Parts: sequence; C-alpha cells; structure tokens
Amino acid sequence: MTDFVMILTIFVLAIFVGFEVITKVPPILHTPLMSGSNAISGITIIGAILSAGTQHTALTTVLGLLAVIFATINVVGGFMVTHRMLEMFKRKE
Amino acid sequence: MSEALINLAYLVASALFVLGLKGLAHPRTAVRGNLMGALGMLIAIVVTLLHKDIIDYKLIFTGFVVGGAIGAILAVKIQMTAMPQLVGLYNGFGGGASLLVAGAAWIETLTMAQAGDAQAMALLGNEQFSVATIASGIIGAVTFWGSLVAFGKLQGLVTEKPVRYSGEQVVKVVLLVGAIVLGVLLIQTPEHIPFYWYMVAVASVLGVLLVMPIGGADMPVVIALLNSYSGLAAAATGFVLSNNVLIIAGSLVGASGIILTNIMCKAMNRSLLNVLFGGFGEVAETAEEGDIYAGKIKATSPEEVAMLLETAQRVVVVPGYGMAVAQAQHAVRDLFNLLESKGVTVEFAIHPVAGRMPGHMNVLLAEADIPYDKLKEMDEINPQMEQVDVAIVLGANDVVNPVARTDPNSPIAGMPIIDVDKARTVIVIKRSLSPGFAGIPNPLFALDNTLMLFGDGKQMIQEVINALKEG
Repeated sequence: MTDFVMILTIFVLAIFVGFEVITKVPPILHTPLMSGSNAISGITIIGAILSAGTQHTALTTVLGLLAVIFATINVVGGFMVTHRMLEMFKRKE
Repeated sequence: MSEALINLAYLVASALFVLGLKGLAHPRTAVRGNLMGALGMLIAIVVTLLHKDIIDYKLIFTGFVVGGAIGAILAVKIQMTAMPQLVGLYNGFGGGASLLVAGAAWIETLTMAQAGDAQAMALLGNEQFSVATIASGIIGAVTFWGSLVAFGKLQGLVTEKPVRYSGEQVVKVVLLVGAIVLGVLLIQTPEHIPFYWYMVAVASVLGVLLVMPIGGADMPVVIALLNSYSGLAAAATGFVLSNNVLIIAGSLVGASGIILTNIMCKAMNRSLLNVLFGGFGEVAETAEEGDIYAGKIKATSPEEVAMLLETAQRVVVVPGYGMAVAQAQHAVRDLFNLLESKGVTVEFAIHPVAGRMPGHMNVLLAEADIPYDKLKEMDEINPQMEQVDVAIVLGANDVVNPVARTDPNSPIAGMPIIDVDKARTVIVIKRSLSPGFAGIPNPLFALDNTLMLFGDGKQMIQEVINALKEG
C-alpha cells in the first residue's frame, strides 16, 4: 500500500468517525460544539511549530511565527471559551 | 524523541479528540470532553516541541505568548450574545494558519531540493504534496477572508444586508478557476513561489465575495460552513505534511461543520446552494401587508399579560435573535423564576436557526441560569402546543410565521416553524409590525388569539414582572 492510500484511508475513516460522534451531539450544545471543534482544528499549530522552529529560511520562519500566533489564538481561545460556555450548562444540575 | 514515539503520541492525541467530541453528547459529560480535547492538543504540542529538527524555541514561545494572550482575552471578555462573531473569527484564524503552514512547507521543500536533497526533490514531484498544498492554500484563504467578512457583518462593521450584483455567480466561478489555474502553474514551476501567493490572493477575493451576499439571518449556515472549511484546511495541511493527527483532527471538524450546515439548511427548508447563491430576503413582498393586519391587530399592556400569566398553567417562550439584541435573557430568567415559584410550568421552544449561529439561544439562556432541561427542541414542543396556555414570542418572527405551512408560494414555504399559533393565547413582544429577515408580513400577529405587546423586549419583560409582583 502506498503512503498516499494509507493516509487517504485514515482521512476517510476519520470522517466516518466524525459523522458518528457528532450526530449524537444535541442541539442545545451546538454552539460549544462549534467553538470546541474549532479549537481542535487549531491542530495546524504543530505544523506551524515546525516551520517556526526549524528556521529553513527567513521567510518560512516568519510564516511559521505568524501561523503559530494564529493557531494559538484558535487553540487557547477555542478551548477556553468552550469551557466557559459548558460551565454555564453544567451549573444547573 | 524518535519518529515512532512522536507518532504514537499523535495517536493518543487523536483518540482524545474523538473522546472529547463524544463527551459533548450530554451537558453532564461535556466539560470533561472539552478538557480531554485540550489535553490531546497539549500532548500533540509538547511532543512536537521535542522534534529533533527544531533549532530555536524563542520564536515559537513568542508566538505562544502573543497568540495565547489574544485568544485568552477574547475568550474571557466576550459577551455570550457576541459568540457568533467570535467563533467566526476563530474559524478564520484556523484557516489562515493552515494556508501559512502549507506555504511555508512548499518553500522549505523547494529550498532543500535546490540544495540537492533527493527526498525534497521527490516530494516536489509528488501529487499528494503538491495538490494538498494548493487545496490548503485555497481553502485556507477562503476560510480566512470569508470568516473576516462574517465577523464584520455580525459585529455590524459590514452591512448585514445581502450585497448582490448582476453576474456575481460568474465572477465567483472565474475566481475559483483562476485560483486553481495558478495552483497548477505552481505545480509545473515549483520554484516560482509567487504563484502560491497569487493563488492565495485570488482565493481571498473569492472568500470575501462568497460571504458578502449572505444576509444576517443566514449567518448560522455560513458560520457552520466556514467551521467545516477550517477543518478541511487543516486536513489538507495534514496531507501536505503527511501527518495523521492533522488529518484526523481536520476531518473530525470538517464532518462536524458539514453536519451543522446540513441541520441549519433543513431548518430553513433550503438547499445549501440556495443559501449561498440564492436571493433570499431581498424581495420584500409587503404589498398585502395592509390587508393582513388591517383592523385585526390587538395591542396589549404588561398588566394584561401579567393577568394572563397568573391564570396560566403552562407557558412557552419562543426566543429569537431579538432577545439577544435586547440583552433580555436575564430579564427572561427573572420572569421564569417568578412564574415557576407561582406553580406555572415554563419552557423554552428553540428553533434550530434562531439567532446567528447554531445553538445561540441555548447558550444565552444557559448563561442566564435557565436549566437545560427547560430548553425544548422544535420537534419536541410542537405536538404539545395545543396544551400551552400562553406562548410568548420574544424577538422571533419568521420562525413562527404560519405562512410557511399554508402558502406554497411564500419565500419561507415548507420551512419548519414553531406552531405558536396553536397555543390558546400568543403574546408577541416586538417593537413594531416590521417584517423579519424574509421580508414578509406575519399573519400570526393578526390572529384572534394573538396579542401584541409593543416595545423593547427587555423592558417589556421587566414591566410584566413588576405587574405580576404588584398583582
């Protein structure tokens, strides 16, 4: 199996997992679902870290730094605001 | 740290993302779920920092501090009513990060190939790498600029009205084709890096033009769609870097956004293509407004509403975007507590597209301490509407317009609505008889069992509370 087919397999299976898991999220939690999944899409941060840290060229370093900033906003802000919202749902047990 | 160990850690992170999203299936487990997702992210970041090729940490940590501070301040300060624009903004940053990482990866690979690295040379000729770079650049740019426009519209910086012009569909198709052509040119001449940035520029214009024509009430669809794009951009970057955790996390988010987009479209009985390209809300059919409303509108007072509520057993509140605008959620909570203390059952009926993003009303009501088991979905409440004594419509309009059921020619024909007209008495709290986003009159206002309470949502609820306390 080539690398591409293997990686495509992972992609397709992950989409199926996503559909299964996310259809079970009730409408009352749709806003936290969006902000939380958004934080997860900040996973690009690991690509950004490598670009900013390996410093191949000046340009890629700058691009990497900018990407680290963008992705960190996404990750930190996303998880924090989701937590803030979910606490509001939790407090009325 | 060896490659295998790093990949194992990425596997753990991916599993935590899945478990985290699974936790969102119930408000009880959701907080833990979100923390699991955050833990997964932390693990992924830490092992990446241990990568052997990293020679300098200063810039990385600068990025962490700057981005972390911005993200944290936004997350703590933001008002719940402004959540749609915040999520819009985060979507944009995700897309922006993806396009930057893909661009940087291309330049790095090119530099290494020019220095004679055989692996890098092979990579430049590899379709997975090159096609994914282009996909990441285009989707990332569309997401970034589309999200900024959505943010501007929700924040009131850009007009909320649909901006339309003749030939706009042609312009968008031309831009998309143009971006793809530039991408193909980049693949053919990998050393000509400006092609990447031209492609990003063209896709940026496309992103702006895609969202400009979309009006305020269609924002839930757009935000959900951009959410999906930000995931797909991350997945595309995963293909660029051949990195599994990016692909898995990206496709989870992509799937999530697509599901939400679909739910929103169904709740408006429109196709996604119609939302994105159709002309909704621009044709105001106000001609027959006079016939519908003439002599049939009954205005009421807070005192009369209070009397109705005193004798009611079951009350349903239908909130809409107007409640968010009036910041009336806390006043509504006070009314809820007062009525419940008098033995009246109060529930909230929430239409899927009420507000400016999926779940917007639920968050506002949760913020105001309304227990989540009082928040009912449309399909749950509609069959019971006939047993409801008083239905209070607060800042909602099109989602309670019975025309959707009766008139097949109406722009909202077939849209599922909350059947408040079936309740014994309907109280509509509204400033005037002006139409909602669909631009059509609402015969609900003229029904025999409807009373109009004209005024600001928050103030009117407050006056009803005062009348109840005095009465």
